[in-house]
Amino acid sequence: MEELLREYLPILMFVGIAVGIAVALVAASYIAAVQRPDSEKLSAYECGFEAFTDARSKFDVRYYLVAILFIVFDLEVAFLFPWAISLGRIGTFGFWSMIIFLAVLTIGFIYEWKKGALEWE
Amino acid sequence: MVDLWQGYAWPGLVIVAQIFAILVPLLLTVAYLTYAERKVIAAMQMRKGPNVVGPFGLLQPVADGIKLLFKETVIPSGANRVVFIAAPVVTFVLSLIGWAVIPFDFGVVLSDINVGILYLFAISSLGVYGVIMAGWASNSKYAFLGALRSAAQMVSYEIAIGFVIITVLLCVGSLNLTDIVLAQKDLWFAIPLLPMFVIFFISALAETNRAPFDLPEAEAELVAGYSVEYSSLTFALFFLGEYANMILMSALTVILFLGGWLPPLDVAPFNWIPGPVWFAVKIAGLLFLFLWVRATFPRYRYDQLMRLGWKVFLPASLFWVVLTAGVLVATGWAPV
Repeated sequence: MEELLREYLPILMFVGIAVGIAVALVAASYIAAVQRPDSEKLSAYECGFEAFTDARSKFDVRYYLVAILFIVFDLEVAFLFPWAISLGRIGTFGFWSMIIFLAVLTIGFIYEWKKGALEWE
Repeated sequence: MVDLWQGYAWPGLVIVAQIFAILVPLLLTVAYLTYAERKVIAAMQMRKGPNVVGPFGLLQPVADGIKLLFKETVIPSGANRVVFIAAPVVTFVLSLIGWAVIPFDFGVVLSDINVGILYLFAISSLGVYGVIMAGWASNSKYAFLGALRSAAQMVSYEIAIGFVIITVLLCVGSLNLTDIVLAQKDLWFAIPLLPMFVIFFISALAETNRAPFDLPEAEAELVAGYSVEYSSLTFALFFLGEYANMILMSALTVILFLGGWLPPLDVAPFNWIPGPVWFAVKIAGLLFLFLWVRATFPRYRYDQLMRLGWKVFLPASLFWVVLTAGVLVATGWAPV
């Protein structure tokens, strides 16, 4: 517990101080500068036009696709971390176990490539 | 009372002093990186760059900061106010807190945690939240599109970065950043893992939304992307966050591939120079590359960007993970 505290307390304090600096900067500017808002100034920027519709509208489904693929591969990377640092101890058996796992994922990757999930025309 | 002072208050004060010893030079570096960028690009385009405020324009970053401080903080009427203000704060904070684990020399590190690289990987993954929050909270079409593009781009290149980190970890056998640097005592990883070094640097450009991958803020089509509705210091925090991220990614590249604080050769003239100086010189060199790339290359198209990330870098880095592991196991070089 003592060691955990010694290692992570500085990080926690670092986060606290960084948040403090950021909030202080924004607050200082808010206090120091003259605030004179009006309805034109506060409208959303749309090249001088009145905003046509709400900005939170439909968007391309491919962004979802990228997000889903990202989760698959990022989990794979997270899974590789403990394997990578213990490769010297787990030897040939550990190596081939991971190769089989990667091969299965690679088949999935080839499938989605052929399916056109990675195309942005 | 004495116990409380010796046990908690004094160590706490020491930690705060250490944090400021990291933060103050870092923020000064960020400020002068913006100046360096303008000067370097100006020189490459046969211009003079900022040269009016102070000698050689050296006070330009100060003038810019004061100007932004006295601008009005505009919060659009359609925006979600809390998220709108939180987004730049998140971006700025995430770009700073990575430095809590960066070793400047042997033992010179705020917190020498044993999962240092995992911490940095997590921090750089969280960076996408600031962008998404800004794009959604602004309730503006340009900001929203810019945030979507930026988020998709950042997550795509993060996978390549993850695989590259894995190849380095295979050669080190530890997640601790000091161990990673010490493992390069004889040979920097940039030499045996040269293709990974190149992929990491290009992915770092994409991850920090720098040219030629600065599509999220492509001036010509998205005006300024996710930061279009921001003004005053809320904008400045995004701006500073981007530059602080560049420095953090350069530091990470130096630690992973260029031997951290180690001199290039452990012989007489080189090892007289202290470690932190080598560390700073290597970071400065990489930052110059960042600026050079921006002055040289035209912007990528979005489909080219995604193709490079998913169809080139992902298979290439995955192949190198398998190759590196195979060579290490076959030769018995794998660290125990």
